[in-house]
Amino acid sequence: MLGIIIGIGSVIAMVAIGQGSQGSIQASIQSAGANLVMVTPGAQRGVGIQASAGRGSAQTLTQGDADAIAAQVPLVQAVAPDLSRRYQITAKGTNTNTEVVGTTPSYSDVRNVAIDSGTFITEQSLQSGARIAVLGPTARDDLFGVGADAIGQTIRINNVPFQVVGVAQAKGGSGFNSPDDYVYVPITTAQRYLAGETYVSTISVSAADQQSMAAVQQGVTDLLLQRHHISDPLAADFSVFNQADIAATASTVTNTFTLLLASIASISLVVGGIGIMNMMLTTVTERTREIGLRKAIGAKRRDITLQFLFEAIALTFIGGAVGILLGWLVSLVVTSVAGLTTQVSLSSVMLSFGVSAAIGIVFGYYPAYRAARLNPIDALRYE
Amino acid sequence: MIEVRNVTKLYRSGSVETRALKGVSFRVANGEFVAIIGHSGSGKSTLMHILGALDSPTDGQYFLDGVDVSTLSEDTLADIRKEKIGFVFQAFNLLPRATVLRNVSLPLMYLGIDGKEREERARRALLAAGLEEDHFGHYSNQLSGGQMQRVAIARALVNNPAIILADEPTGNLDTQTGEVVLQTFERLNKEGRTIILITHERDVAEHAGRIITIRDGAIIGDEKRPHHHEDR
Repeated sequence: MLGIIIGIGSVIAMVAIGQGSQGSIQASIQSAGANLVMVTPGAQRGVGIQASAGRGSAQTLTQGDADAIAAQVPLVQAVAPDLSRRYQITAKGTNTNTEVVGTTPSYSDVRNVAIDSGTFITEQSLQSGARIAVLGPTARDDLFGVGADAIGQTIRINNVPFQVVGVAQAKGGSGFNSPDDYVYVPITTAQRYLAGETYVSTISVSAADQQSMAAVQQGVTDLLLQRHHISDPLAADFSVFNQADIAATASTVTNTFTLLLASIASISLVVGGIGIMNMMLTTVTERTREIGLRKAIGAKRRDITLQFLFEAIALTFIGGAVGILLGWLVSLVVTSVAGLTTQVSLSSVMLSFGVSAAIGIVFGYYPAYRAARLNPIDALRYE
Repeated sequence: MIEVRNVTKLYRSGSVETRALKGVSFRVANGEFVAIIGHSGSGKSTLMHILGALDSPTDGQYFLDGVDVSTLSEDTLADIRKEKIGFVFQAFNLLPRATVLRNVSLPLMYLGIDGKEREERARRALLAAGLEEDHFGHYSNQLSGGQMQRVAIARALVNNPAIILADEPTGNLDTQTGEVVLQTFERLNKEGRTIILITHERDVAEHAGRIITIRDGAIIGDEKRPHHHEDR
């Protein structure tokens, strides 16, 4: 029965982890921006999310491309080009190394950056190339202390002084590429004072609605092929990513992963089932006299078969119930210890009950059959 | 009630053929108390299996309550046993982890009778078998040998069978306890029950009203005993 408990428990826990990671990946993709189509320089490679393009990679996108997209591609709601690079940033006595995103006012809509205090980049500061900056909450914490009021303070990006005019709201996410760690400056300022060049690392485009994303993706591709004078789409010097496609791919990946984990756990179930079968066979042997007695007082083969089949199913059902409890506990532990979100789904619980019963039937059948076939005369004489 | 007509039973093991019963015939009337006595190997066990509808004869017929059961299928024989026969075994054969009441009502479960009626009939059978009521709720493995055999007798009575078949019922009991059990059989017989008792001991057989002696698969004796319980 231990095999059943472990098998069911691990299936539940693994499916929960898989479902949870699916959910959080989807959520973080969504939080990057609604109906997002992203253009990055360089040829189409695999699926990438929030890659920090710029250093070392091709410089084929320009501000002109961004303007053209905004003007000429239909169903485009807003366009936000950005020029992003990592720089050393210092404030009085503190420093941090983080991503500086040079961009336009539309970035806050297109890429879903909300302001907590102060203002985002304005059209005016964009035009004048003003040295102003908007800090992500983690960057603000690192430079001025947790929760401090940074508005009006001065920071030096790559030793160039900038004035803080706003702080963004937290978006969540951790690790290397956390959006909360970014610092936003006007793209013109970045081009003049920081990068010294006029290319663009990424162009973010928000489509009018979810249905228009494919059309926008196609429109942007066609326009840029034309502008870059490339006739063969396969030779494009840029890539256009449709956020929905990314989400779907991520979904497929996690689903495959979950399935793989569940398959491995299923092996434990089969082993558990074989254990049950052996246990039942031993039980049948030990109860040979009892079976003989039952047959003597009128039990038919069918009665004996059903009796032992029910006993096997009861065993596997109990094992399954304990396994479900165990799996749920394990997923709770994983959430609190490893920080991964987990989701125990009702369908996996129902499936587990069904599977437990099925294992009881399949692996209990042979022992029940053996019991039913016993000759009562011999069985009664069994020592 | 019972008619055994020219019953033969052959066992074949490879090329060896054993004749366990050779053309046995006799009748048992309603309300008789018959003992079948013989040494081991005499064929008395084989005869018991056939009388109990646990086995079918190779040749000949066995009429139980007017029905020829010698050629019936395994499932039908199970029905016959369920309705018409009550077994009492040498080793009691009770379910050890079940209560006395549950043990006695087991045949009724296979007869499809509902819980309340099962319990009533079980209680009546236990009283008829002479077990004290305070034992009814005990687990069968908490009882003494004599008490267990009385539970077994109650189980044999509960389906109101045509015959009670007892196979060496005192074999696992001491003489004194065995005597109590045999007197229970005598009492039940006086109340009208037909009882067939198989044994190899003469003094056990002498509790019956009729003794059939069997040797080497054939009946060699059939004597009526005077009803000695009237003399007590």
